[in-house]
This record gives sequence, C-alpha cells and structure tokens, in this order.
Amino acid sequence: MKIFVFECAELDNLIAAIKRRRFKVIGPTVSDSAIIYAEIAGASDLPIGWTDEQANGSYRLKRRDDNAVFAWNAGPQSWKKFLFPPVQKIFITNKSTKGFDSQNLGEQTPGESRYAFFGVRSCELNAIAIQDKIFLEGPYIDPLYRQKRAGIFIVAVNCSQAGGTCFCDSMQTGPKAVSGFDIALTEILDDKRHCFVAETGTAAGEEILASIKCTKAADEDITEAKRITDRTRVQIHRKVDTADLKNVLYQNSEHPRWEHTAELCLTCANCTMVCPTCFCTTVEDVTDIGGKQAERIRKWDSCFMLDFSYIHGGSVRASVKSRYRQWVTHKFASWLDQFGTFGCVGCGRCITWCPVGIDITEEVKAIREKQT
Amino acid sequence: MATAPDLQSLKVDYKRNPMLPWPFQIRRVKRETEDTFTVELEPQGDLEEFPFLPGQFNMVYVFGVGEIPISISGDPANTRILIHTTRAVGTVTKAMDKMRRGDILGIRGPFGTPWPINQAGGKDVVFVAGGIGLAPLRPALYEVVTHREKYGKVVLLYGTRTPNDVLFRQELEHWRARFDLEIYVTVDRAMSGWRGNVGVVTNLISRAPFDPRNTMAFVCGPEVMMRFTSMELHKRGVDNEHIFVSMERNMKCAIGLCGHCQFGSFFVCKDGPVFRYSQIKDMLVKWEI
Repeated sequence: MKIFVFECAELDNLIAAIKRRRFKVIGPTVSDSAIIYAEIAGASDLPIGWTDEQANGSYRLKRRDDNAVFAWNAGPQSWKKFLFPPVQKIFITNKSTKGFDSQNLGEQTPGESRYAFFGVRSCELNAIAIQDKIFLEGPYIDPLYRQKRAGIFIVAVNCSQAGGTCFCDSMQTGPKAVSGFDIALTEILDDKRHCFVAETGTAAGEEILASIKCTKAADEDITEAKRITDRTRVQIHRKVDTADLKNVLYQNSEHPRWEHTAELCLTCANCTMVCPTCFCTTVEDVTDIGGKQAERIRKWDSCFMLDFSYIHGGSVRASVKSRYRQWVTHKFASWLDQFGTFGCVGCGRCITWCPVGIDITEEVKAIREKQT
Repeated sequence: MATAPDLQSLKVDYKRNPMLPWPFQIRRVKRETEDTFTVELEPQGDLEEFPFLPGQFNMVYVFGVGEIPISISGDPANTRILIHTTRAVGTVTKAMDKMRRGDILGIRGPFGTPWPINQAGGKDVVFVAGGIGLAPLRPALYEVVTHREKYGKVVLLYGTRTPNDVLFRQELEHWRARFDLEIYVTVDRAMSGWRGNVGVVTNLISRAPFDPRNTMAFVCGPEVMMRFTSMELHKRGVDNEHIFVSMERNMKCAIGLCGHCQFGSFFVCKDGPVFRYSQIKDMLVKWEI
C-alpha cells in the first residue's frame, strides 16, 4: 500500500487515465433529484457542491456552500444494478418442428468494455464482497454475474460525513474502506486546500495514480485523512447490536414486534430493491407474438411479494408478518449460516426509502430488548 | 449443513451453464390416473446419458410457457431414459399434459440431495408416501428392489385420496406379489370394491412390520403428512436421525441463487430437497417459515 496526495483539479485527469485503459467509468451524478450512479465523462459530471439529507422515509438533495465532491451518502441505487442488472436475458430460443432449437441457446455476448466504479463507499465495497460470495463461490456459479464482475476497477471514497440513516460502524463495514479497492480516496476540504489523499490497494491502482500529478502523502495528510473518517464515525447515530444476533432472531420468531411492524409495512418491496445485497430473482418465460421465439428473462424479485413463496395451493408466507420476518431474519441470521456474513452493510437505504419509515435498526433493537 | 449430496458420483458437467435447459424428446406418455401422467424422455444432441440419484429433481421447461421443478420418478439404473411423473395442476404441467411422443422438453438438472439409500444397507427400509409423493420415492424403491439382498425388511406405506388415485398400479401389484416386499395402501375415501385400508397413512405405521431400532425411513408427501408421519415413526422408536423427508418450496433457479426456496437457513434446491428430519423438525412446526 502506498499513499499519495493530489489536488482536486487533478480528479479529471484521474478519470481520464482510467478511461484510457478501456474502462467504462461509472460514477455518481445528480439526476432526478438524487445521486445516481451512471457513466461519467469527466469530473464535471460529479455531484460537486451537493449533499443529501436522509431520514426515515425521506431523501432530499441540498446545495452546499462549498465545492465538496463526495459530501453525500448512499443514494437510491447501489452498484448492484451494474453487476447484477434488474432485468437480464438468460437465453433466447427458436421454435422448431418438434420443440425448440437448442443450438440457439447460449451465453449472452460479453460487454465490450469493463466497468470502473468511481466513488464506491465502504458499505458498498462490503455489499459487492457479499454478492461475490453468493454468485461466485458455488457450488453453482452465476455465469452472468461472473462475466460482469471480472476485471472491474474500483476507486473507493472514504466517507467524510455520515448520512442520516447510516449504521455501517456497528456492522463493521465502514466508514473507511479497508479492502476490495484499487484506489481509496479521502477528500480534504478546508480553508487552505481541496485535495485527495489516495491509498493504493492494487498494482493497477498504483499504476494509474503514477500517471497523474500526485505526490507522496506527508504524515500530516495521513493524519488529516484519518481524522476525517474518525469524525464521520462519531456522526453515525444509528446502530445494530450484532452480538449473538443470529440466535436472538431465531429464538424470537414469534415475537409480537413482527406483528406490530406488519401493521405498518406496505409490502412495497422498496427495501429489497434498494438493498445492495438482496439477490432474489424470478424468471419470466415469454414468446414473441407469433410464438416462434421464446426468451427467459431474469428479474429482481422480493420476498415481500405474495407469490414469492407460492406453491400449488397457496403461498408459504401469506401474512405480512411472515414476509417481514423472513427479510429481517435473512439479513441478520440465516445469511450467516448461508454465507458466513451478515446480509446487511448498514448503508441505511431501506430506512430512507421505506415509504412508512420503518427503521430496521429500531426493529432489531425492539426484539432484542424484550425477548420472548 | 444438509445431508451431503453425493454429487461426485454423477458425471454432471458443472462447466456447462446451469441456467440453460437441455433438449429431451418424449418417447412415451403414460396416463397414471385422471390427473396424473408419466413422461419418458430421451436426451438429445451429444448428451447420451443422464445419471441421477434417487430423490433428485429436474427443472422442466416447456417452450415459451415456463419452467418448474419436478422430481425424477424413474430407475436410476437406467441412465438412458429420464422419467417424470406429475399431476396436471399448473400452467407448465397442463402444457406438458398436451404433449405427445416426439415432442421436445427442456431439462436442467439433476439437482438436490438424494435419499441416502446407500446408508440403509443391513437395515429395514420404510417408505411412507402421500399422494404424488410416491413419485420421488420410486427411484429409491427401484434401487432397493434391484439390490434387495442388501436390505432387511422393506415396507411401503402409501396413502392416497381414492382407489382411482393409486399411482403406478401395475408396478405396486407386481411388488405386492413378492414375498420380500410389504406394500400397504390406504385411501382417504373408499368406494365399493375397495378391500384395502381407509384412513390416513400415519395409521399404518404402528402395525407395519419393521424393527424401529434398525430402520431407515424415507417420507414424501404433503408437508403436514410428513410432519405427522415423522412424529409417528419417532413414537414407534425410529431415531429422528434415521427419518428423511423431501421438502417442497417455490423454485426458479434450482442452483441456490434465486432465493425463492429458502426454508430457514436452507436453500431447499441445494441443501435439500431431502433433509434429515432432525435437521428441520423444529421448523416444520413453525408457521409460514
């Protein structure tokens, strides 16, 4: 690991240097009154001078009185939509005289260029690592995910302020990026200067940094970067007490709190759609109007949908209570048994985007405090 | 976590994209009962054999209509013919019901954990089936019949709705005629001419001829039937570790990626469908897990 410093004005050159290496650079942009990850041409596409205010069921962009580039937190969409798109074709096949023409079944053609993710927060790096476990560690591997995931380049950003619904600190997933990046930036913005402390995670990251104007970080730069992430950590006021949480949830499957929250929950599935780790999908088999060509399409699905658990005769999880319980128990209990990690990274999106403002940290706390 | 699937013994090409169905041609369709039928399929293209283990299932695809999980009901010793028995109840099975000899179906599989029949050597083997639950047990029955000398007493307890709903009738009669197999059939509702048992299948357990202390039991049927059957077997003295059940949940991918079949921390498609009763006993009594 090496640590460098570069001026804010050099950010555009950093993006250009990545693009020169045939990456499609995806970064934060301001779009539809939200921070949305999309392809960026240069630093001017970034949300310079913007921040967001987040609370239970509320998200608002606000202008800042400075030119901070990364002074915002997790927006409605995570990086998941690039590695694991919401709608994906699994195959196309043509009808033949006796069935279907299997010759036409095949993997989709690979995309022309690899992704570079620019501005990935620590919670999001952890979410990507969790989805890697799900899709790449078998026994079966998802060929569609593997194809998109291979060879991506990641520029992480350490959070310089906490969002209103963040709880990464208690999930041990932030606010400072620890691994899973090529370069990790910390933005320093004060009266004297606007610059970035850049830590390298890989040789590829080091090589790219070497191609822009930067200098070796001084001790005070490193100290300042640490002070910034420490300050962010202190700002986080929500938390999940993870001690023995798996057993707490397994043992409280009939806790009255589930019924209480089911009264509020609209089963709209927003929480699962914004969640950067949720991985459930359904498939749709469709034909063209002539019935000659058929496709299978994979789409994000949600355990909040009534038909998610449908087997002949009815749904296994018919009540709202059982669906809410399934989601929370999966995140904080069964995920551990399945993948050896929590299914939550504390990004707070499910709290922000819940239309009735249900706070998963409060729910877990309520169950823990009054165990049945 | 679950019963370790003996997948090593199968020549499954995991490098092949597990999301793509393979074409199989229908060689024969056999009507079992009014609403249940059996299809015999032959692999097409360069796939000549389709080895599987008793208790495993496939995802069966009808062109443009959809794909569903169906357990394999044929003889594992015959790897050239794939057999599925299903009831025409949903969109896909109704479309299958209209298909004839020569038509092509798509198959992905085989998936899931098998009945651990290889651990039952020297023991009495009890099969308890409810309705269509006999189909996933039949491959294990074939295995036991083929290597009959390896096992102690072999008992099949089978409950179905009416005498007209009895599956694999000829085969059952043939097996019943053997002196080394004990076959008991019971129906929920009898009609004139029925001389067999009437009532739920759990009623047969207390009288069935097996030594509970040296028995492996394989149970397949509706969830509630499997729950009460397992409790009854346990009451008779069969160890919970020696009772196996086959779970059913909604499935889209069958490879542990779509999330639909979750049952507590298990993915029924890859950790099951066959579970040791002791693994899931506590979950079977929880509502809407």
